[in-house]
Amino acid sequence: MAEWTYRLRRGPAYLALLRGQARSQASYRTSFVVDLVSNVGATVLDVLTVLVLFRVTRELGGFDRTEAMVMVGLSSAAFAAADLMVGNVESLRQYVRTGLLDAVLVRPLGALPQLLLMDLPLRKASRAVFGAGVLVVALATAELAWTPGRVALAVLTPLAGVVFFGAIFVATASLSFWWIDSGEVGAAFTYGGRDFTTYPMTVYSGWFRALFAYGMGFGFVSYYPALALLGRADPLGLPGWVGWVAPGVALPAAGLAAAVWRFGVRHYRSTGS
Amino acid sequence: MTATPPDAPVIETRDLRKEFVVRVRAGRFRRAKRVVGAVDGIDLTVRRGEMVGYIGPNGAGKSTTLKMLTGVLSPSSGRVRVCGLAPVAQRTRLALRIGVVFGQRSQLWWDLPLRDSFDLLRHVYRVPAAEHAARLRRCRAELDLDGFLDVPVRQLSLGQRMRGELTAALLHGPEVLFLDEPTIGLDVVSRQAVRGFLAELGAAGDTTLVLTTHDLADIERLCRRLVVIDHGRVVHDGSIEALHTRYGSRRQVVADLDEPLAEPPVLPGAPLLRTEADGRRLVFACESATASDVVAGLARVAALRDIAIVEPDIEEVVARLYRTPTPVDSGAVQECSITSTAKVPGASAS
Ligand SMILES: Nc1ncnc2c1ncn2[C@@H]1O[C@H](COP(=O)(O)OP(=O)(O)OP(=O)(O)O)[C@@H](O)[C@H]1O
Ligand SMILES: [Mg+2]
Repeated sequence: MAEWTYRLRRGPAYLALLRGQARSQASYRTSFVVDLVSNVGATVLDVLTVLVLFRVTRELGGFDRTEAMVMVGLSSAAFAAADLMVGNVESLRQYVRTGLLDAVLVRPLGALPQLLLMDLPLRKASRAVFGAGVLVVALATAELAWTPGRVALAVLTPLAGVVFFGAIFVATASLSFWWIDSGEVGAAFTYGGRDFTTYPMTVYSGWFRALFAYGMGFGFVSYYPALALLGRADPLGLPGWVGWVAPGVALPAAGLAAAVWRFGVRHYRSTGS
Repeated sequence: MTATPPDAPVIETRDLRKEFVVRVRAGRFRRAKRVVGAVDGIDLTVRRGEMVGYIGPNGAGKSTTLKMLTGVLSPSSGRVRVCGLAPVAQRTRLALRIGVVFGQRSQLWWDLPLRDSFDLLRHVYRVPAAEHAARLRRCRAELDLDGFLDVPVRQLSLGQRMRGELTAALLHGPEVLFLDEPTIGLDVVSRQAVRGFLAELGAAGDTTLVLTTHDLADIERLCRRLVVIDHGRVVHDGSIEALHTRYGSRRQVVADLDEPLAEPPVLPGAPLLRTEADGRRLVFACESATASDVVAGLARVAALRDIAIVEPDIEEVVARLYRTPTPVDSGAVQECSITSTAKVPGASAS
């Protein structure tokens, strides 16, 4: 049997896991609504921070408010959706520490999808919706000169962003296969990366900017695509087509993250009891 | 599906090893690396339908072996095949064909009733609805699940949950069942229910079972074959009887006499182990003599009040095995010293 048809047949199994998770959360129904509402908070705060900044300055790193908001929108739409779908891979640390991953590994399903679906944080859905909303409003108010190309770019970039942030989540969480206390390091890259992509990267400088923007690729999921959408040249001197490379960065990142994950699972050592 | 030939081993390991690197404190800030050989070269061949008791003292490497057989842990070296598959590399394929109960790790949805967990597992293992229903019906009846099918798992008692776990492991009709301490924490009734159920499963003959436990009654009831490991190595592999023979544990005949004898009787092939109750009770070991030889021989020299035949105690034999450094095969010296040390507790008890 070809490997892909074999994998395809697992679809209903994953749906069952999702159903189990939804039912489990529904058994605590009252808190679910509160969670939904309170979870928008963090993302709202990110947006407010940027808006407040523009109360004191007219430009941020050479970009005005509507331009900066396009970057905020691309970043928060992608991050919030990735956080909803992949963010709880962070719970891997708990599974490794307690040896609970044993139970995941004896099931006939991929370990990563199981982990993601088994405690999918449905309460974070509100955040993802809000993030997408910010992007739509930002694009609408920026008065862009829409071309078919830009429409495609506006759709493709957040999708690539989700994949990219998802890859960062998975890769950093995988560290706990070797090093259980890696939580803070992981957060530095995931949340650090989100903060980096929220602002025009011209506000950063030096090795820090080089590392996050080019070394790790965060520059290609919000800053450069935003420039391409806005029709602006890069003050840092890269050519215009760089705005289109988000998928080209996201897919290899996902491949790399998957490899790190698989390597990590083989290093899983369980616990003695 | 990769069909394995009927007589091919279901489980096969060759020189299987697992080492853990642990860091231990060495001085105030320094930490030294130490390598623990949890499983240290295990060769095991299990054929279809066998029921194997896999026992050993705490820390012997039982759970670690089971984790390597189920694809949870990658071996440090050696070869493993289960159902003809490499457990780690072909983990998900193998998972469809085996059932696993690790006492401490639940397969059930914590917040959902058992019934829902079973239903979800049907989809996870892609079991046809009719088959699933039939197996569930059987488990419900034999493991007496009906009283708590609708209770969320987090509210179940340990024994109830374990019966649920066992059901969960069986609903997809696995070829091999790995059970790591399945009767831990069960009361007498549940324990018997579980044993009876597993015995029946074994009697049907197409499920292979590997069971670890510290309750040797489980083994006596269920397993014809006993694999004992210690420090990650196999120290015994064979039937329970073979273990008794090997360690010289014999049936005993306990005879109560009306009057003590002046001279202790000498019976061929049945040495006198001890005298109790001021010589009114004699205990003989049946070495080459049978129990009835002993009784007949005694009746000739003394007036018997009562006779009891005591089966060799598996706990005792296994305890000896655990205390032995490394058993030497066919080592007569070894065997003598074991028997003599083992007599001490019995003698002092009288
Ligand atoms: N994840 C781990 N990391 C480090 N050492 C481990 C780990 N798991 C097991 N060990 C060590 O390996 C050895 C074998 O452990 P294992 O859990 O296989 O024993 P066991 O035979 O199942 O014992 P028990 O009867 O107590 O369950 C022990 O010395 C244990 O300390
Ligand atoms: Mg164990």
